[in-house]
Amino acid sequence: MATQTLRHKRSLAAHQGPSAGRRGLGLAEARLPLLLLLPGILVMLFVIGFPMLYSLYLSFTDFSLTSLTHKFIGLGNYIELLTRDPLFWTAFGRTVLFMTLAVNIEFVLGLVIAQLMARAIRGQGFLRTIMMMPMMFAPILVGFQFKWFFNAQIGLVNNLLYTITGQVHMIPWLIQRPLGFIAILIAEIWLGTPFMVIILEAGILSLPSEPFEAAEVDGASGWQKFRMLTLPMIMPFVYTAMAIRSLDLARAYDVVSIMTGGGPGNRTELIWTYVNRLAFGEHEFALGSAMSFITVIVSFLFTYYLFRNLLKSRWGGGTE
Amino acid sequence: MTRSTKAKAGKSYRRSRRLSRLLSNAILWVVVFVWFLPAMWIILTSVRIRSEIDAVPPIWIPSGLTLDSYKILFGMPTPEGAFGLGGSIPVAQYARNSIVIALVSTAFAIVIGVLAGYAFSRFRFRGKNNLFLTFMLGRAIPGIALSLPLFVLFARIGLSDTIPGMIITYVALNVPFTAWLMDGFFRSIPEELDDAARIDGCSHWGAFVRVALPLTLPGVAASAIFAFLTCWNEFALASIITRTPASRTFPPALFEFTGQFVSDWRGMTAMSVLMLIPAVIFVALVQRQLMEGLTSGAMKG
Repeated sequence: MATQTLRHKRSLAAHQGPSAGRRGLGLAEARLPLLLLLPGILVMLFVIGFPMLYSLYLSFTDFSLTSLTHKFIGLGNYIELLTRDPLFWTAFGRTVLFMTLAVNIEFVLGLVIAQLMARAIRGQGFLRTIMMMPMMFAPILVGFQFKWFFNAQIGLVNNLLYTITGQVHMIPWLIQRPLGFIAILIAEIWLGTPFMVIILEAGILSLPSEPFEAAEVDGASGWQKFRMLTLPMIMPFVYTAMAIRSLDLARAYDVVSIMTGGGPGNRTELIWTYVNRLAFGEHEFALGSAMSFITVIVSFLFTYYLFRNLLKSRWGGGTE
Repeated sequence: MTRSTKAKAGKSYRRSRRLSRLLSNAILWVVVFVWFLPAMWIILTSVRIRSEIDAVPPIWIPSGLTLDSYKILFGMPTPEGAFGLGGSIPVAQYARNSIVIALVSTAFAIVIGVLAGYAFSRFRFRGKNNLFLTFMLGRAIPGIALSLPLFVLFARIGLSDTIPGMIITYVALNVPFTAWLMDGFFRSIPEELDDAARIDGCSHWGAFVRVALPLTLPGVAASAIFAFLTCWNEFALASIITRTPASRTFPPALFEFTGQFVSDWRGMTAMSVLMLIPAVIFVALVQRQLMEGLTSGAMKG
């Protein structure tokens, strides 16, 4: 591969320059990017685009899995949710709080561990593989696992408290407010931090060494080097890691649906457990569709904002 | 400052630096161990003796280890017979479904995502930014929101509860992130290399296959890890599309070990460990390429 690269470099020198190849885009060449993108566009239209349009249509009807006919009711479902359903807003607010807490805690933990990992003396590959274990766990399994750990009678956490203090603790982790929320948060942080570690460690490892050597000569402290050099230089990685984790968290359904299912009494209801409850539990399929659409739109705005900024740095912006 | 004091200062500085390195290394091992504990508990439970799993007061140190859970899982005779819940579980069938679906959809997603990533990284065309954003929005849609309409639509066109239905769903799920990563990887390779190849008489396609693609193999490995793990562990859509063992994958199958009030932790943990084995092997094999790929500049700007 190296010799191949060298050959191309030499031939490049022999010719007049890099721009020559890009000149004269024929019609076939102009169509090439579209051809390359076509399979992706088609599969996404089929699995995501078309079903979401269908879901949009359903959200304007009173469709339900139990009735055979349905009629068009316009914005009825949306008005119902936004004005008459206090639970929707509670779940919505709780989801936002959950995401904010999880992403920020994961980021801080991830940054510390990544920094330590990048300085590891030996066994880096081994430590990294172990650290990545939660990424290999299915979120659904993480849900079952932490539901068990936080079980009041036989859970690992209460057992540990018993062994440490010598007294029987029957703390109802998943039932009491706000412990249920905290338990879900812990499970999600356990699951999500490794992704942050991997991306941020990649950022730290990709840094050039010259500025750090210069800082060393100037007698900068470790903290100063971190604050003034490492952090600003890995910002693109930070941005990417937080963007992707936020999107994943906005879809966090598996863990919470297993651990509490939004209960008891909607105490840990996040937006997606509520959609599931409405659509499949209460057979309000159309209402569920309307609600998922409201949140999808919020997700869209968030994605649009994040990726517009990222794209600006990637391709020099413009609305080309 | 004389030379000797300077040397002495340098020596003590180096020593304190080595000490702080050792200390941070020790902290790292502790943190990684704490993070590993929940995972270790699952693995340990799968080989523990039944009576010790839910014992009150808790038994921390197992008095012995046994492979009974795995034997029961595979329908082999054991003194205790089947799990408390359900009948016999078609584990081999689930494993086959999971492997076929995850591998085939990862392969397709990588091919489609690499092509799309190359198009985004190397060409200027109208509506590029908007198309890229539309791709990313695909990732922003939660599985549960998608599962409602897919449930109805797949049932109508006969894709419900089929392996092809699962594969095409997972391909679409993974294309956006793969395209996004690959776009970054391709941009970290100087465009001049493509141009040089084209001057040498390669077509655009030839330049892509012979020059750009071989150089981004670590990037392809990184994308493959993420795509494979997503397919292997996905639950929200799988639980809606797969109705019977004919197409059921491991994640929805975990439910077969839970009842209304009790769960069979031996069965569940044994199946979980089975699920983990391919993922661990896959990640251990490509984690170096993953880091190489990620540090090569894919994330920069």
